[in-house]
Amino acid sequence: MIRLRPEWRKIFEARGRDLDARRCFNCGTCTTLCPLGLKVLPREIFRYALLGAEEKLRENREAIYACLLCRLCEVNCPQGVKITEVIRLLRVYLAEEDLEVRS
Amino acid sequence: MAEIRSRLALLSQNLRYRAHVFPLPARSLVSWAEGLGLARGGKTILYTGHLYQLLPYLRVLREREQGLVRGKDWLSRLAPVLNPWINVSRLAILGREERRLQEYYTGVLRGVVKLLRKCGVEPGYLYEKEYYPGTLAYDLGLEGVFELQARRVVRAFREAGVRTIITVDPHSTALLREVYPQLFPDWDFEVRSYLEILFHQGRHLPLRGEEGVYLWHDSCVYVRYLGVVEEPREILKRAGLEIREPRFSREITRCCGGPAETLFPEKAGELARARMEELSTLGPGTVITLCPICHFNLRAVSGPDQRVEDFVRVLRLEE
Ligand code: SF4
Ligand code: SF4
Repeated sequence: MIRLRPEWRKIFEARGRDLDARRCFNCGTCTTLCPLGLKVLPREIFRYALLGAEEKLRENREAIYACLLCRLCEVNCPQGVKITEVIRLLRVYLAEEDLEVRS
Repeated sequence: MAEIRSRLALLSQNLRYRAHVFPLPARSLVSWAEGLGLARGGKTILYTGHLYQLLPYLRVLREREQGLVRGKDWLSRLAPVLNPWINVSRLAILGREERRLQEYYTGVLRGVVKLLRKCGVEPGYLYEKEYYPGTLAYDLGLEGVFELQARRVVRAFREAGVRTIITVDPHSTALLREVYPQLFPDWDFEVRSYLEILFHQGRHLPLRGEEGVYLWHDSCVYVRYLGVVEEPREILKRAGLEIREPRFSREITRCCGGPAETLFPEKAGELARARMEELSTLGPGTVITLCPICHFNLRAVSGPDQRVEDFVRVLRLEE
């Protein structure tokens, strides 16, 4: 079972960061275009992020770090989601956990 | 997964304690400028961002990577443990191939200075006071060390009385233009790419280039972060060179795979091979790149009959 924490987004909001993935309407354009060809990147990752499915994000850590930040998906996203910024914010979150610097 | 953690830790340690992702002897960062007579500091400086200097050492690391896969390389395995005490990157020694690459990139940086001078711009340089901008830390989400590094960079600019920063690669340009201003409310520096200077102030230059067929590879960052699309094309046209473009070009250019290099080197190679294949469908010719990472990554997978050249290296100035 996936444990969900919808309030999770607030971690970002509390730092003045907007988890822009909210505007994503799940069309899949990004995943189709992505040169990495990973099923979860970036659309599915966004679903986990929005639901606060932290364990799923940790499980998909490799995909989150594999993103090239190349913006091929971003310039083609019909919703104008700042995809690479969301990916980077998720890395900030994971890196703090990895390096145990979060208070 | 443990691999990702230990690499992030290594990067983070290096930036925190040594102000660089992969600290090198100071000489290897500044020796490209020997004999050029660049002034120390000044209102307008050339900021190398260290990428061209760093890449030959990355090649050593890549070789070690393969050693690591085979489980033979003691240094790679011990690096995360030793690194807080010994700067392990100083133990990386350049082989013949890496020294050739180093010479090549030195030629790129010196070429930029020559072009700038012909455009009437005499840049200063910060020498050992020039710090790495922290791009990799920013991209990987290591915000604490990134901010620490960015403060060092800006302090050095302020101390040297800098007003205008001329950049040579798209990654440093994007970071200084898009990210630094958000971090520093009093940011008032002008950031210009050498390409923009060459485009606007170099219209009169007697540019030439070696005749041949050129295959174009746009950098994701120039195109999709900075909107630099036409400028380099126009400069080549002025030099009388024609380019052939793959289907995935301009706004939809395909990444060379370079950004995957730090954590997933195999993936980086795979993407570079796919891009080279796409470029080779245009027929035989010389691939032109605008970003040192693209050059490094595409060159690494090129065959013996394929040439990959940095934009600066295909331009000649008629004396
Ligand atoms: S292209 Fe944009 S809207 Fe469509 S799935 Fe991707 S992020 Fe969501
Ligand atoms: S930015 Fe990341 S998710 Fe988007 S296309 Fe590039 S590699 Fe794929």
